[in-house]
Parts: sequence; structure tokens; C-alpha cells
Amino acid sequence: MSEITKNTEGSSAAPAAEDASAPHMPPVKPPMVQFKGILKKFGKVLAVEKTDLDIEEGSLVTLLGPSGCGKTTLLRMVAGLETPTEGDIFIKGKRINDVPIHQRNLGMIFQNYALFPHKSIYDNVAFGLKYRKIPKEEIREKVLRALEMVRLPGVEKRMPGQLSGGQQQRIALARAIVIEPDVLLMDEPLSALDENLREDMRREIDNLQQMLGVTTIFVTHDQREALSMSDKIVVMKNGKKQQEGVPEEVYNRPANHFVADFLGHSNFTSAVVQGREGNFVKVELETGNILLADAPGDWKEGEEVEVVVRAQRFEAMLQEEFSPDGQTNYFEGKIRDRSYMGGEVSYFIDMAGGKEVHVISMMRSRIYGIGNDVVVQVAPEHCHLLPLE
Amino acid sequence: MQNKSWKPWAMMAPSLSAVFLLLVIPVCFIVVYSFWLRAPTGADIPAFQFGNYAKFFEDFFYPSILIRTIRVALETVALCLVMGYIPAYFFYRSETRHKSLLLLLIMLPFWISFIIRTLSWINILGETGLINHLLLKFGILNEPLSLLYNEGAVLLGLIQYLLPFMILNVYVSLEGIDKSLLEAARSLGCTEWQAFREVTLPLSLPGVSAGCLLVFVLTAGTYLPPMILGGPGNDMIANLIFKRVIGTLDWPFGSAISVLLLALLGVIVFTYNRYLGINQVFKSLSS
Ligand SMILES: Nc1ncnc2c1ncn2[C@@H]1O[C@H](COP(=O)(O)OP(=O)(O)OP(=O)(O)O)[C@@H](O)[C@H]1O
Ligand SMILES: [Mg+2]
Repeated sequence: MSEITKNTEGSSAAPAAEDASAPHMPPVKPPMVQFKGILKKFGKVLAVEKTDLDIEEGSLVTLLGPSGCGKTTLLRMVAGLETPTEGDIFIKGKRINDVPIHQRNLGMIFQNYALFPHKSIYDNVAFGLKYRKIPKEEIREKVLRALEMVRLPGVEKRMPGQLSGGQQQRIALARAIVIEPDVLLMDEPLSALDENLREDMRREIDNLQQMLGVTTIFVTHDQREALSMSDKIVVMKNGKKQQEGVPEEVYNRPANHFVADFLGHSNFTSAVVQGREGNFVKVELETGNILLADAPGDWKEGEEVEVVVRAQRFEAMLQEEFSPDGQTNYFEGKIRDRSYMGGEVSYFIDMAGGKEVHVISMMRSRIYGIGNDVVVQVAPEHCHLLPLE
Repeated sequence: MQNKSWKPWAMMAPSLSAVFLLLVIPVCFIVVYSFWLRAPTGADIPAFQFGNYAKFFEDFFYPSILIRTIRVALETVALCLVMGYIPAYFFYRSETRHKSLLLLLIMLPFWISFIIRTLSWINILGETGLINHLLLKFGILNEPLSLLYNEGAVLLGLIQYLLPFMILNVYVSLEGIDKSLLEAARSLGCTEWQAFREVTLPLSLPGVSAGCLLVFVLTAGTYLPPMILGGPGNDMIANLIFKRVIGTLDWPFGSAISVLLLALLGVIVFTYNRYLGINQVFKSLSS
């Protein structure tokens, strides 16, 4: 447990405001959005535990986690739709806890689009501009440009009810970006769309965000969305931040069991550290096998740890075709079940020690059958150690 | 194409026959009666003539009652709208978990007979009623005020009867408004009041319009509040019908007035729905 807190604190930089005040440093631009010790309770329910989080200007940050982990609550506190019980929120270095919603200059995208059903598309998109004292001509220009940006020119006279779900969400996007918000807040904007549309829309949001360079907070419980579009992912569970980092880091170097389990398919097993061997840490698995892991950090001999290996990182091959000379990190087993998933195959393999291993194999070669005796192997750099929780 | 079209009719048959027996047939009787002659002896003679209708428009007396009815109904609608929207909005915004209890409170008056509720105003507004009693006791007045038997008292009686209908109609349509619309409006730069004007108010109009129609129609057909709380000059069209049919037993003339009222309300409801009513409700539901 102590290791994890060390990790997460290490990755979240010290508050930039303090850096800026240090005399020997050039002034650093504060993060666009900054949470400092934010905590939110609904009555007795602790929705968000004390959280610090920095969101850099122009980046797209996803809040990822299972249902009820407090993602929406965190987002709504930025918007001003919820008030933090404790802590401060800064936008562009300015504390905004007491700034009312309508003065925050944020764009919000909702799961259900939330277009005004009684207003035309034009009036929907122009809505925010109307409250910004912009001349009519300029409003018109901006609205038409925003509609072009979301690739829906010419719909301005229609009513929201006359558009499809995907089109409505694009109008909602136009309505939010046309006001040139400081931060774009999106709460599961894709989850009401069907599968095919979701992928298109995801890319569209991604492109638009990069083109405009608008700082974006994106809430989702879909790891694929998070991995594919984020500059930074914040994984949450039960109102607590578990890890934050770039997608590769969160995926490849999960900070704890939860993150490893939540993102992708992982195999877990407990082990005891035996010592070092070259650059690697040598551990004895609960099955008695020896495994080498490329695990930076301080691991003491005799320490109980958890080994994590992604299902995609295992290599499976037939026993008779495998020559063990000079090889490490291989284990024997028998395929108990498999499922064919188009581009890849999932094998469930019973290992000698009675453990089951999940292997996902890209179909470069042939597919092995149920009952085949196989060897699974994994390179040490794909074996991660976590302190036992 | 033909063979399946009877099915919905078969399913609606029980309710249709009930409507037919309980509504259409009696109305037909009234229509037929309205053409009959009334003999000087008091007997009704079957006939087909428009004398009863002509009598209504003979001089300004009867039409003026009709006009008054419409005026009072419009006043009631306006007052109910203002007095009903506010509590409905309050219920909608209230965060209490006991909303259903609040709504039950609105229904509470229905548990007491309408007549008793109307009569009770006599004890409050009368010369020896509560208000005058207090005003005299504290020496604010020397003479009791005459609060009863005027249009104000009639309106009071009508409002206490019809307000719940307005509140419920408005409340239901407010409750149907997606809260994220308000949040979207706020995030785009509206103050709370502006968001109300831009989103809540227009989207609650279907309920407002349904409530107004209901209150109007019910007021136009009611006779108890004017009878109990109004003076001789406050009669409404239903009082006139009541007096002709029950008082002077003039069924043909009473029927003719009823048919006129029915026709007038029919036209009003039809036009209203056409431009404001049901269509509006459907529109807001479909989007
Ligand atoms: N208005 C509220 N009143 C009381 N409890 C609330 C309220 N809003 C959220 N909660 C609670 O706070 C916790 C976090 O909720 P939140 O909506 O932030 O979760 P989430 O991560 O967005 O979940 P989901 O993926 O289901 O949307 C939950 O336990 C929820 O029950
Ligand atoms: Mg949520």
C-alpha cells in the first residue's frame, strides 16, 4: 500500500503555483484546472475522497473508473453544478469555488445531448453567444462555422428532434465549442450512441479537441475510449484516485491491482521475492515456478508480491515444438478452453500448479485446439510486480 | 387491409358503449328537447322549431350572462395560473424526499365535499364571519364589510375548487423537463432566472395550456360558487340553466341554453387544441 501512494504522489507534480513563487525558477504557467484537496460528501456518502489533480492546458484528460466511483461528481464540481465539501478548484490559477456556474466559461456535453427541444439548431448553437453580448452578425458567423466544424452545415433551421442521436451530439459539441470555453467537460458523451457511431464520434471529438487545443475533461467507464484519446488518464475507484498518467504508462505500468484488473485482461498470481538476477527481480510463484520480472524499485528478499502479466503478453506454443534450452519464464499447461474473436484468440490454459492463465494471441499463425499441451512464455519486461494489498 | 381494422374497435367497444350510453344519448335528448315547444299550461309539446334559441337572443339579458360567464372563466384561469404556477414550481424545485406527500396535500381538499368547502366561505367572509369578527374586535372597523355575494367571492370559490387542477397540470409538465437542460443553459451563461425564462417556462407551457383549458371549461360549466357565494348579479350560464330547468321547469329553453353552451365550449376547445393544446403536448413529448 505504501508503495502505491509513493507512486501516485510521485507522478502528480507539486502544485505549480508554488513552483512559480520559487525565486530561482522562471514563472511556470499554472495548470488549466487544478484540484487541491477536493473532497465531496453527499450527506454521509463520500463520493470523492481527498483528491489533488492537475490538468494541463490543451490536454485531454479522462476520468476512468467503474460506475459510482465519483467521476461525474468530480466533473460537476468543475462546472459548478456541485460544491466541494472541502478543498479548492482553480481554473487558470484562479480559485473558482465561489464563481457561479454561468460565469465560469465552460462547455458541457451531456450523455443525453441536452439540446433545447423547443429551439432550432441555430438557436441552440447560438445560445451561449447570446449571453456573451456578441453582435448578431458575428453570432451568425460563429454558429455557421461551428456547424461546419462538426460537419453538419445546413441544419440550422431544423429542430433537435429531427436529427439522429449522433447528429444531436455533434450539435451539442458545436454549442459547447462555439463559446470558446476555457475547459470542455464531457460526461460519457458517447454512451448513448450505438457501437459503430461511437467510434466515429470518438475520433471526431479527438480531432476537434486537438484542432482547437481546448482543455478537455472526459468522463468515461470505457477503457478503449480512455486509452485511445487521452493525453492523461486518471483511474478512479470508490471516489479515490488510483493512478494518473499517459495511457501507455497506466496500461503498461499499473500502479495497483485494481488498475491492472480494470484495464485490459490481466493474469495475477502471488509470489515471494527471492533476490535479483542481473537487471531482473527473481520471484517464486505460488505454484513453485521461478519467474524473472523487470521491476524497477526496491524489492526486499522474502517480500510477498503480486505478479501481473497482461493476457496479450504471453506467447503460447505447442510443447513438442518448444526447446527449453536457455529459455526463462516458461510454464507448461493444457488448453482448457478457447474463444475465437476474429483478429485474435483467447486461450484459457490450465497450468501445472493448478492455476489458470488467460492468454490472448494475435492470429499470426495457426490456432491451437482444446486439450493441446502447450508452453506459455512471457518476457521479463512484461512481468510487473505489485506490493501485495 | 379491411380484415384487421375491426380489431381496435372491438377493443374499444366497452368504453365506447359506456361513453355512448352515458354521454351521447343524454346529450341527444337535450338537443331534441331544445326544439320542443312549451305550452302555456306548462306541458312540453314535441316540435321542431327554433323559438327557444331565438328567445335566448331576443334581448341582451341572456347573452350578457354568457359573456359574464366567459369573463369570469378567463379571470379564474388567469388567477389560477398565477397562483398555481408558483406552488407547482416550488414542488418541482423542492429537494425533499416527500414530494408525493406534498402532492397528496394538494388533493386533500377533494376529500371534503365541494358544497361544504364552498359553504364554509360564508363563515369566513360573512357579516358575522371570521374576517369581519376580527376586524370589529380589534376596532379596525365599526361596520362589518360586505365581502360576500359579489364577483370577488365567486372567484374565491372558483379558485379554491380549481387551483389543484392547475397545480397538478403544471407540476407534471415541470417534472417532465430534463434537468440537464437547465444545467446546459446555466453552463452556457444563463443566470438562474434566465434559465427559467429560456428553458423551464417554455417547456412547461404544455402543462400550463392543459391546466388553463381544464380550468376554463370547468368554470364555464359550474354553478355552485355563484349560487352560494354570488349575488343576483353574479349568475353564470349554468345558474341560468339550473333556474330554467329546476326553477320554472322550462325544459325546452334550459336545453336550448345547454346546447348553446356546449357548442360554444366545443368551438373553444377545438380551436384551442388546434393552436395551443394537445398538439403542443405531443410536440414536447416527441422530441
Ligand atoms: N446528488 C447525489 N446525492 C447523493 N449521492 C450522490 C449524488 N450524486 C452522486 N452520488 C453518489 O456519489 C457517488 C459517486 O457518484 P458519481 O455519479 O460521481 O459516479 P460516477 O463515477 O459518475 O458513476 P457512473 O459511471 O455510474 O455515472 C455514488 O455513490 C453516488 O451514489
Ligand atoms: Mg456518471
